[in-house]
Amino acid sequence: MATKILLENIEAPGLATFDCYRKLGGYASVEKALKSLSPDSITQEVLKSGLRGRGGAGFPTGMKWNFIDKKSDKPHYFICNFDESEPGTFKDRHIGQLNPHQLIEGMILGSYALGARSAYIYIRGELFYVLNIIEKAIDEAYQKGFLGENIMGSGYSLDLYCQPGGGAYICGEETALIESLEGKRGNPRIKPPFPALVGLYNCPTVVNNVETIANLPWIINHGADAYAALGTLKSKGTKLISACGHINKPGIYEIELGLPVEEFIYSDEYCGGIRNGNQLKAVVAGGSSVPILPAELILKTAKGEPRLLSYESLEEGGFQTGTMLGSGGFIVMDHTACIVKNLLTFARFYHHESCGQCSPCREGTGWMEKILRRIEAGKGSMKEIDLLADIAKHIDGTTICPLGDAAAWPVSSAIRHFRSEFEEHIIQQKCPFTK
Amino acid sequence: MSLYKVSIDNIEVEVEPGTTIMNAARKIGGNVVPPAMCYYSKLEGSGGKCRTCLVKVAQTSAVDTRPMPKLVASCRTMVQDGMVVQNITSPEVLDARKAITEFLLINHPLDCPVCDQAGECDLQDLSYEHGLEETRTTEDRRTFEPIDIGEYIKLNMNRCILCYRCVMVADQITDKRVHGILNRGDHSEISTYIKQAVDNDFSGNMIDVCPVGALTDKTFRFKSRVWFTNPFDAHRDCPHCSGKTVLWMKGKEVLRVTGRKDKYGELEEFICNDCRFHHKEVTEWVVEGPRKIERHSVISQNHYENLSDDKKLKP
Repeated sequence: MATKILLENIEAPGLATFDCYRKLGGYASVEKALKSLSPDSITQEVLKSGLRGRGGAGFPTGMKWNFIDKKSDKPHYFICNFDESEPGTFKDRHIGQLNPHQLIEGMILGSYALGARSAYIYIRGELFYVLNIIEKAIDEAYQKGFLGENIMGSGYSLDLYCQPGGGAYICGEETALIESLEGKRGNPRIKPPFPALVGLYNCPTVVNNVETIANLPWIINHGADAYAALGTLKSKGTKLISACGHINKPGIYEIELGLPVEEFIYSDEYCGGIRNGNQLKAVVAGGSSVPILPAELILKTAKGEPRLLSYESLEEGGFQTGTMLGSGGFIVMDHTACIVKNLLTFARFYHHESCGQCSPCREGTGWMEKILRRIEAGKGSMKEIDLLADIAKHIDGTTICPLGDAAAWPVSSAIRHFRSEFEEHIIQQKCPFTK
Repeated sequence: MSLYKVSIDNIEVEVEPGTTIMNAARKIGGNVVPPAMCYYSKLEGSGGKCRTCLVKVAQTSAVDTRPMPKLVASCRTMVQDGMVVQNITSPEVLDARKAITEFLLINHPLDCPVCDQAGECDLQDLSYEHGLEETRTTEDRRTFEPIDIGEYIKLNMNRCILCYRCVMVADQITDKRVHGILNRGDHSEISTYIKQAVDNDFSGNMIDVCPVGALTDKTFRFKSRVWFTNPFDAHRDCPHCSGKTVLWMKGKEVLRVTGRKDKYGELEEFICNDCRFHHKEVTEWVVEGPRKIERHSVISQNHYENLSDDKKLKP
């Protein structure tokens, strides 16, 4: 049985209550940290563990913490990014709903390491029921003395707040999140300066994903070396994968990084194979933003090596033949799925969610959606496939924030790998998958 | 403090630390200055949004000789010592600029023939230089009804490119903002929150900072094409502002009063609404003389200026 860090006790009844969580060893890392570890040694531990950001970009967490302006006499802030809204990704909700205390425990560790006296959990507005669960857990943690003034007599004090967003995907971008948390319109800021120098209320700030933070207690309890022993060379530890689509067992799985994709899709321990014994057609491996890959390239790299669920293996081959681990939203499509229709769904989403601040994303996302709508309806032309690829190419890399890239990559990759399917829509003047 | 050496399109310039690439390029002047649709040096926090000023940083600094991974907005990126920037010498930059110009135009009504801004419009100039000859869109464009912003300003949202300049003027001249952005993405619109009037003595400057014909002067609308009027520098004693303006005359009639714009289309000084809207008699002004229009503008193609050969736009 593989090591579980996040889902070890997830089925324990009443895990969301303080007593149950504590009985299972919860908050031990806070005791250990506040009594015997300095903030810097926690940062060193996280750096050594090789933990990478689980929100999608995979940036090393310890390195992000090290960027914080330690000399600044302004207050430091630690923020949890719970604005999980990437289509296909539903792993953070699982933690927040069933195991909120592990998140709170991680928040205390991160805040202590960064010298933050106030921390925030910015939760997606649609997850209001999860907010209620978390707020209840925060209340319990206050009552038991793990939050508030002078935690466990250590002299360290921390206030933790949970703030719901207003329903915007863009607020998952860390600077837009900060703007929103400040009560402003959720427009991403122009970077640099990065939040580590100028963040919330213009103070040094670190924003981390829920899953990243939920890993911290285990790292402090078991040590960085134990964590780094899990996974592969560049992908340490475990990862939650939210699997959905045409598989027998959709759900949330904790895998040790480096698991072969083939095993993940076909083994009964995970997805349990494709529904009705159908043929695998394509996979979007890391949430809607990452390039789609056809069956042959998701199971094996272009070099013929087995593709693994790890940052480096999924990136093998660049965007020509590879993709990204992203947020771990694993969307599987069988041979009955229409790539164009699926892409239209994504394009509609990005058009709807673009903040409208910079021109390429504001205008380009809507344009791509309209063209895709036409092609899917059988009213497109061959020229428009190239036009679509050209629009995507010019959104990619020219925008303020990564939403533009995220809107462009699915389009470019779908045309790269499934061009014939677009052409089929145009030749037949209808979607070949509708009867 | 020692100056930073920067190279832009192979031209070296020395600037103070904290200067943006855009302003370093403006120090050189001429063709290496990137176009700016949203950046406005007098408006705090402006820039970074339109992406027309994207440039390539081929070398980050003398110490870090790597290129920057993506094109950067020159108006919001600070120079570093030894930085090497490519603007018009980079095909990648010109290609991106062409694409941005197209993006800015796909929802623009292209109603220049009936737009008061035509002839002094930054978007017109930009498309003249970087636009495609044909349009690649067949879709409907987004449309809005024109609305009044207070007594003097008309908002035609169809033409707006969401540069946020007017919003920043509102932020800068008023304590209580009544003029922000509503909605998101390509549904975004400049709004006064239910047509609430912008009640400020300096609100007219929003018209001058608008790079397109989205905000126009209601006292001048449809009176004349700008190229049929002659600009004169003029001033008067004004208790509210410097009183230094440009009178746009047709014969002896003052059709319009605006602030004085520099060669980048930026106001030298904000002027008050009193000067702008309420003094349309030439006798109320001390006329200094004809104003020279220095911009690479469609307006300059006529008789205002003899462009020297190297400045001539392509035919």
